Amino acid sequence: MKKVLRLTELDCAHCAQKMEDGIRALPGVQSATVNFFSQRLTLEADDEAFDQVLRQAAKVIRRIEPGCRVEG
Amino acid sequence: MTRRQKWTLLRIVLAALLCAGAWVSPLEGGWRLAAFAASYLLAGWDVLYGAMRNLAHGQLFDERFLMSVATLGALWLGEFAEAAGVMIFYQVGEWFQGVAVSRSRRSIAALMDIRPDYAVVVRQGQEERVSPEEVAVGEEILVRPGEKIPLDGEILHGSTSVNTAALTGESLPVDLGEGDRVVSGSVNLTGVIRVRTLSAYAQSTVARILELVESASEKKARVESFITRFARVYTPFVVSCAIVLALFGPLVLGQPWAVWVERALIFLMVSCPCALVVSVPLSFFGGIGGASRRGILIKGASDLEALCGVRVMVFDKTGTLTQGVFSVNAIHPSRLSQAELMDIAAAAESRSSHPVAESIVAAHGGHIDPSRIGEVSEAAGLGVTAVIDGQTYAVGNGKLMDRVGAPWHDCHLAGTVVHIARGAEYLGHIVINDRLKDGAAGAMARLKALGVERIVMLTGDDERVAGAVAQSLGLDEYRARLLPGDKVSAVEEWIGKGGKVAFVGDGINDAPVLSRADVGIAMGAAGSDAAIESADIVLMDDNLAKLPLAVSLCRRTLRIVRQNIVFALGVKAVILALSAAGLTHMWIAIFGDVGVMILAILNAMRAMLPLREA
Repeated sequence: MKKVLRLTELDCAHCAQKMEDGIRALPGVQSATVNFFSQRLTLEADDEAFDQVLRQAAKVIRRIEPGCRVEG
Repeated sequence: MTRRQKWTLLRIVLAALLCAGAWVSPLEGGWRLAAFAASYLLAGWDVLYGAMRNLAHGQLFDERFLMSVATLGALWLGEFAEAAGVMIFYQVGEWFQGVAVSRSRRSIAALMDIRPDYAVVVRQGQEERVSPEEVAVGEEILVRPGEKIPLDGEILHGSTSVNTAALTGESLPVDLGEGDRVVSGSVNLTGVIRVRTLSAYAQSTVARILELVESASEKKARVESFITRFARVYTPFVVSCAIVLALFGPLVLGQPWAVWVERALIFLMVSCPCALVVSVPLSFFGGIGGASRRGILIKGASDLEALCGVRVMVFDKTGTLTQGVFSVNAIHPSRLSQAELMDIAAAAESRSSHPVAESIVAAHGGHIDPSRIGEVSEAAGLGVTAVIDGQTYAVGNGKLMDRVGAPWHDCHLAGTVVHIARGAEYLGHIVINDRLKDGAAGAMARLKALGVERIVMLTGDDERVAGAVAQSLGLDEYRARLLPGDKVSAVEEWIGKGGKVAFVGDGINDAPVLSRADVGIAMGAAGSDAAIESADIVLMDDNLAKLPLAVSLCRRTLRIVRQNIVFALGVKAVILALSAAGLTHMWIAIFGDVGVMILAILNAMRAMLPLREA
């Protein structure tokens, strides 16, 4: 399953890169891109684990930039 | 500017005033230090806080952490003014970056101001204003002058002119009437129209374009991946150097700690690859956004990069170099007058839907009395035989003439030749040509001037027609009589022979070639889904002049990226070298580092400006 999610208050390009690396390393993730300019996370992960992966991804994002939130 | 950016600016200004005040004031000792410390904390408390928080998460190479270490180190050395100054400059850089990025993001959104806000749908005779997503396929919508057309559809009632500039970059309005198709995202100018929708919003042209542009920067260019890899190693590398430096002087050379620690701190201050990490993707983002405004949709930064290196450009003929519309070029009667010959040909062809037949009927233009026409039979691949005014005429190619026994001869003009015979008596022929697009030759010449080495044309037409077109456009090579499958293998011949290969087609029937070429370019794609899917670059209208423009825009973007890489890395290298040798000072280092970032960002923003056209 592939989903595009908006990010709010993603303020640092370098952090976007780190988030991308971090999310890609999560188990169950097939592909992930964090686009700093359009402020979007494109996440592709196994169907059954998707919600789980998404929660993990949100955690990674919060750890790198605490003000940044994922919107549905 | 967002609220937060305004507050940050205010904080920076106050901190700077406080720092400057402390600098010039007659305050001495503790008070002076307290003023600098206050300035430092005012400017950088959030940096310190963020650093601590990230440290707790194990983010050792976080830029805030490094900046905190650098400035705390400066405080430890007793350089209070420097610590405050460095923090202020750092924040100025961050603030500027934030403002620049949100501004470009907004201006690209404005460039792409095609998203319709609402649709007026007519349900049970009542007009309802709803969001475009809520309109189903087949519903009737009403579009008034000045409104954006929210969904693709067909005009049921009314006529108007429509401005498609936001989609195609073409500013000339198009006149449309009942039965014509309208494209979402264009602006209705003059009349009220009722439109039956042909697509839901998610599948409409406007939604596809927006989706394409927004996701464009996800396909990363090679230089971008390079910068990403570089950024990963740069910070750890510089930090390690700083540690080595701090230990080397005192332990090996036996010199005082303060001198070498200061040099090491300067390393930490320039350890963020920010200038590159922000400016490179920003350039691509701007370049792609700027091009989309001209009706050139580039699917990704990697495609932009690929177009810059195109050496061979392969064109499909019909519909790409030519208009794809046949027209009568010459009428050569052997007997009768031109008008009489046309009259017979048009009457005979009037029931056929073949493009050649349609072009003859269109060229005739006048009324054709159906009662004159008796029995008509069509022989596939040959032509038609028709009884007109009681006499039998054959209208078709040479083979048909042979069959009726008419002594025909070929024409000296290239094109499709339609011969006409009455019984076995040869009456003459009509030459039909697919006309070249306006400005085709000029566009080819500009591409050559831009360094495209070979321009090749592929066509299913015969040798003579292809040769004539190739010659009048000054092409290097052509391949005639190709079947659709042959086009892929023709393109493959050039792939891998140095330089990129682009294929330009109209997107109809050439999806496999579009995806096989290094760069697939689809033209005139305002309505064609298949073309938008399989191409890398999509030209919304079918104006060939957009091609050299696309190449120039892509080259400029890549040039800006390269300038920024060389410039940013160069300045950092100089700062690092000078500070290792002890020839610089914190002030200069931070000034240089923030300065280079600001200049790189300003340079990157240039990518979205319109290109001055030659």
